[in-house]
Amino acid sequence: MDVIIATDCGSTTTKAILIEKKDGVYRQTFRGESPTTVEAPFEDVTRGVLNAFAEVEELSGRKILDGEKIITPARGNVGVDIYLSTSSAGGGLQMMVAGAVKTMTAESAQRAALGAGAIVMDVIASNDRRLPHEKIDRIRHLRPDMILLSGGTDGGTVTHVVELAEYISAANPRPRLGMTFQLPVIYAGNKDAREKIREILNSKTALSVTENIRPTLERENLFPARQEIQKLFLEHVMAQAPGYKKLMSWTGAPIMPTPGAVGLIMQAIAKKGTINVVGVDIGGATTDVFSVYGEIFNRTVSANLGMSYSISNVLAEAGLENILRWVPFDIEESDLRNRIKNKMIRPTTIPQTVEELKIEQAISREALRVSFCQHKSLAVGLKGVQRERDISEAFKQEMEGETLVDMLQLDLLVGSGGVLSHAPRRSQAMLMMIDAFQPEGITRIAVDSIFMMPHLGVLSTVNEQAATEVFEKDCLIHLGTCVSLAKGSIGKPKEKCISYKITMPDGKKTEDSLPYGELRVLPLGIDQMAEIEILPAKNFDVGAGKGKPMTKKVFGGVVGIVIDTRGRPITLAKDKTSRGEQLQRWTKAIEAYPA
Amino acid sequence: MTHAYTPGLRIAEKTKVASHRVLPLLGDVVVKKGDVLRAEDVVARTHLPGKVHAINAVNRLGIQPKDLREYMLKKEGDPVQKDEIIAETKPWVKMLKAVLLSPITGTIETISTVTGQILLREPPKPIQVSAYVDGTVTEILEKEGVVIETTATLIQGIFGVGGETVGELVLAVDKPEDTLADDRILPAHKDKIIVGGAFVRHDALEKARRVGVRGIIIGGFNDEDLKKLLGYDLGVAITGSEEIGLTLILTEGFGQIPIAQKTFDLLQSRAGAKASINGATQIRAGVVRPEIVIPYETSKPSGAETDKPADRGMEIGDTVRVIRVPYFGKIGRIKALPFSPQTIETEASVRILEIEFSDGSTIVVPRANVEMIER
Repeated sequence: MDVIIATDCGSTTTKAILIEKKDGVYRQTFRGESPTTVEAPFEDVTRGVLNAFAEVEELSGRKILDGEKIITPARGNVGVDIYLSTSSAGGGLQMMVAGAVKTMTAESAQRAALGAGAIVMDVIASNDRRLPHEKIDRIRHLRPDMILLSGGTDGGTVTHVVELAEYISAANPRPRLGMTFQLPVIYAGNKDAREKIREILNSKTALSVTENIRPTLERENLFPARQEIQKLFLEHVMAQAPGYKKLMSWTGAPIMPTPGAVGLIMQAIAKKGTINVVGVDIGGATTDVFSVYGEIFNRTVSANLGMSYSISNVLAEAGLENILRWVPFDIEESDLRNRIKNKMIRPTTIPQTVEELKIEQAISREALRVSFCQHKSLAVGLKGVQRERDISEAFKQEMEGETLVDMLQLDLLVGSGGVLSHAPRRSQAMLMMIDAFQPEGITRIAVDSIFMMPHLGVLSTVNEQAATEVFEKDCLIHLGTCVSLAKGSIGKPKEKCISYKITMPDGKKTEDSLPYGELRVLPLGIDQMAEIEILPAKNFDVGAGKGKPMTKKVFGGVVGIVIDTRGRPITLAKDKTSRGEQLQRWTKAIEAYPA
Repeated sequence: MTHAYTPGLRIAEKTKVASHRVLPLLGDVVVKKGDVLRAEDVVARTHLPGKVHAINAVNRLGIQPKDLREYMLKKEGDPVQKDEIIAETKPWVKMLKAVLLSPITGTIETISTVTGQILLREPPKPIQVSAYVDGTVTEILEKEGVVIETTATLIQGIFGVGGETVGELVLAVDKPEDTLADDRILPAHKDKIIVGGAFVRHDALEKARRVGVRGIIIGGFNDEDLKKLLGYDLGVAITGSEEIGLTLILTEGFGQIPIAQKTFDLLQSRAGAKASINGATQIRAGVVRPEIVIPYETSKPSGAETDKPADRGMEIGDTVRVIRVPYFGKIGRIKALPFSPQTIETEASVRILEIEFSDGSTIVVPRANVEMIER
């Protein structure tokens, strides 16, 4: 397999990339894009795919199409060996999930659906405080693509899960696409209730039964349900979307939901380096967050947090004050509100002035922050499990919730999506991610160069070597490493905070210190490694404990090493003028904007 | 690639408008192909399934779920009246008898011997779809609805709130730059669709609601006032179902922006005519923009059509509107469309175009930041 073409059919654009094996190594060589054609007047996704191919043909000189047929296999400069695709067009995979207890089986069901690449429209639970008729109305009106019904551990409650099935049956929901076919429902709950569920739902829905996602309180078994979701996504949902039957006949491997494919890549990165990874993909409509800690993979989607279609919802969810705190100049509240709404109604426009760029990047910080908070609240240990805790653990629990996303244990933070991948300066992407995610200790930061993670995710299912090589050489751009304080480290401006000693790759040693509330960049190139010894002042912690020194290897990147003593959480001055000065100082230190 | 495609809103003096009038569920179409209809005429009817009520019968009766059927006086599918006894226990001592009354008038949907629940359904709710525009039925979509065609002036807005409404079109200002102040809204505007100028404030909207104005067409207004109008911060632009007493359509955007002269002139020329407007907006793939449809009186679909949508890219000489600061709202003609990307102030490398204004001045903007205005 030497020549691969892959597309991602997004909600607005279809992006094609060409991968070729040259001198024994796979490289991404050309890319083309074209508007997605799922909607009227075309209503055939393959039109957009063909247009994107045509652009790749034009740029690369490779003949890929013979009329509307993909030429396979590749011979010289003609044809490709395989075509692969992901899709989030037409709003992606929209699901509704149901479970007996909101914080137990319903939450597991939510994780199963999200991990498979779905947008969860609503979570119905026996104890969600809605009245039965409200639940039924909601199920009927939402028109999801699919429902995942769970509930009860094996041998546990039958009545609650049967009750939920009765509501689904009463709602008699119709799928979003295709007026005539039955709505797919996956049952992944208590195995003792299977027969009853079949009696209730078999005639009204396209029911499939799979293993319980929560066989016991202590164990979550999401894989079979996720597999079933992806299978039904292809068989029912995709097959109903305009042009997808044809598209499916072209691809050499099953079409994957875009976030499902990105999830695979995140897991591959984590596995390869045995590291903990957090990834984010910020789009126009939605923001996906992925985390891999050890063996545990979680993905969440903030369906209405994005930088174009959903930009106004960032304002609604984060609040105006939170956005304004990142804007380094004075702007009238009503002016900012109007600008945000104007971007929402004309989502394809781009900032023309630096001032506009700063506003857009301020909004993106909040979109990323809110999405990450939502992720942390769902990426949690299993609830309902009995375990003994000592008193110190109990305190920790209260402070941190049960999230699995421990920022001190995070090795790599990866960003993708327009506002990060296409920021005019890479340092802007790095600062946006540091401000939004607030990494602690030592964290490497990278971005997806031109948005090709979905393509590589689906490629990894057929050729892992190709996916890995392209990922390392052409996709991931290392920005550098952030060295920062740990959570709870708060000080006063100019207070003595850390001193450090850094040994550069050429053996040159530098010693310096940085007071509290500052940002400093030390250049260190891509593929370069240095050793840093950090000594925090007695009230500050960089991960080893208050006042305790730490020595670590740090990796360079296009930005370098960023030493961040701005506190965790980052403390911004209360008054406007001082805050403006702070922001100016930080952006200048990292050379984020033109002087 | 010598041309670039850019979004544009339709502004057509006389064009063919086809309106799909479809039921949310299958039902009955009550008109025939060729019928000439008025906007208010009903074209199709159906019944929405009634609301479902659940009663925890076993708790109320103090019995086991598996025994529920033995105590039922009604079976699935039976009609019931409100307060009618649907189940009762049969104890030896009559005083201990427990009865279950129906909370609604409707039918028994399900009796569950697992959960012990009874689901009841209210009677179906009739709904109907009207023609919405004066026109002729050109196609029957069996059991679903109809297509109505008309020859009309068609103006697409950029954003709207509120659903379909019909009324006489009246100008409430003299020039596109005017503000629609509350003293411009008169009692005579009851049941009318009024055209404002560049801006409307919340107090004027309130007055319009009190007076009974059906719709307002305006250049721009503030997001702060949208929040007041809706009672919440609009997050995602999917609108049309708001019940706010009137329909509001913005032709230009948020802020104080005069209605484009061409749009204003067109609305002025059709003042006094019956207009059908819909504020429904949906900004995602498959964009829905608010619309103003003003049919011509002899509304035959075969009527002369003078304007067709421009399905071509931008060309030198085309009129465009800048849709982002710092030149937001300005209208000019394309002077140059250089092929190669250029670096703009933000340091991004993008494709640009040069625009010339009527006073001879020129500016450079990213191509993504303009929209075409139909000639």
